[in-house]
Amino acid sequence: MALPDAEETLAALADRMRGAVAFDAKFVGIYSGGAWIAERLARSIDGDHAVGFIDVSFYRDDFSRKGLKPEVKRTELPFEVEGATIVLIDDVLFTGRSVRAAINELFDYGRPARIELAVLVDRGGRELPIEATYAGARLAVARHLSIVLSRDGGGKLVLGTEASGA
Amino acid sequence: MRNPQLNAAGDLTHLLTLEGLPAEIILRVLDTAVPFASIAEREVKKVPLLRGRSVFNLFFENSTRTRTTFEIAAKRLSADVINLNIGVSSTSKGETLLDTVDNLVAMNADMFVVRHAQSGAPHLIAAHLNRMGRTHVHVVNAGDGRHAHPTQGLLDLFTIRHYKKDFRNLVVAIVGDVLHSRVARSLIHGLTTLGTPEVRVIGPKTLIPTAVSSLGVRVHHDMREGLAGCDVVVMLRLQSERMRGALLPSTGEYFKHYGLTGEKLAVAKGDAIVMHPGPMNRGVEIESAVADGERSVILPQVTFGIAVRMAVLSIVAGA
Repeated sequence: MALPDAEETLAALADRMRGAVAFDAKFVGIYSGGAWIAERLARSIDGDHAVGFIDVSFYRDDFSRKGLKPEVKRTELPFEVEGATIVLIDDVLFTGRSVRAAINELFDYGRPARIELAVLVDRGGRELPIEATYAGARLAVARHLSIVLSRDGGGKLVLGTEASGA
Repeated sequence: MRNPQLNAAGDLTHLLTLEGLPAEIILRVLDTAVPFASIAEREVKKVPLLRGRSVFNLFFENSTRTRTTFEIAAKRLSADVINLNIGVSSTSKGETLLDTVDNLVAMNADMFVVRHAQSGAPHLIAAHLNRMGRTHVHVVNAGDGRHAHPTQGLLDLFTIRHYKKDFRNLVVAIVGDVLHSRVARSLIHGLTTLGTPEVRVIGPKTLIPTAVSSLGVRVHHDMREGLAGCDVVVMLRLQSERMRGALLPSTGEYFKHYGLTGEKLAVAKGDAIVMHPGPMNRGVEIESAVADGERSVILPQVTFGIAVRMAVLSIVAGA
């Protein structure tokens, strides 16, 4: 299927966020695709946007079926979560389960004043009542396909599809 | 025959020994322990991974530190923890080990953390569970006889990696009562598997098993010679309670030859770290000035032990 260009989609996402996100909102990227996007957005959107990263492996709801994934990264939130405005950032919004896990993890660091959600691609297929505050693109994608964000040698973002294992 | 610690898919389902465990699995535990270590720095020191699961601590032999750190690890994973004081319960009424296990499985145990004075007891339980088709129940060895103490070995490896980054250019010396030490055996297997080029054991002839060189280590009976140029010094506890007969003239004599002092440590590398699995006998295998000194990483070992045990419990529970 034809996918939009990832760099153009990122620019569209940044446009939607400019002027809409709080000046001091913290950007928290969900590993790994969301982490790349969070760093890029913090550079291109004016304001005081500290960047953090979250690995939701310890909060996933499919642990009893799939076990722990082989490489769990360290969650790093180098700011006070208590009282903060946080924009959670992910590459692809699908079932909403990763976002649910990320919200739960954030609350173990403190009580944020507000959490928003920014995603590069919203592909539909939600299984939880979760919606993006900002989306770069909205697509309809067959359930058996995964949308995967990668980076080429020059650091440019690329969207692709894979047969889904789930 | 398949490695009894791995399931049909090759995943770690029981942790019984580091001997024969592939490097990828050891490294996976060490890698997974890193994000678990940072949970201890948070406001809420808990993740929901093992919510609803029951971990039974079966300690047939006393151990405060190991049992406590396993209990903290399981609780930080949100598991329910049941501590059984076996010495005063069923076994003293004549129940066999496997009957005890079957009864606890009937109470919906998901995991057993086992410490036993008999080498092979955790293996016996794991083999029994596999034979009965209870593949969803997992066993973690918390020390069996003189055989193995794999989570101690893993936390020692984690500590060495934390301070020294890479195993492939290290000289590690293990000093003292190697004969009675399952800690030494587990650490030697782990270090060798991860490619440590030189592992030395140092101690009196009576406390070094004759077959130890078959594990690929160098034996030294002179401590200064053995410590020369080391990156890591691992002191072992003198296990007087396990000694039968005259293995040593006296603890004072032992300290003179094999006790770690600042003066002996001076021949190791300038940035060498000092480790000890605890409990320490101050003035027997180590002097206080070294145990509390700047090279000592003995207390960080304890802290890392919780993260490493969280990693082990969550990896086997997910298999």
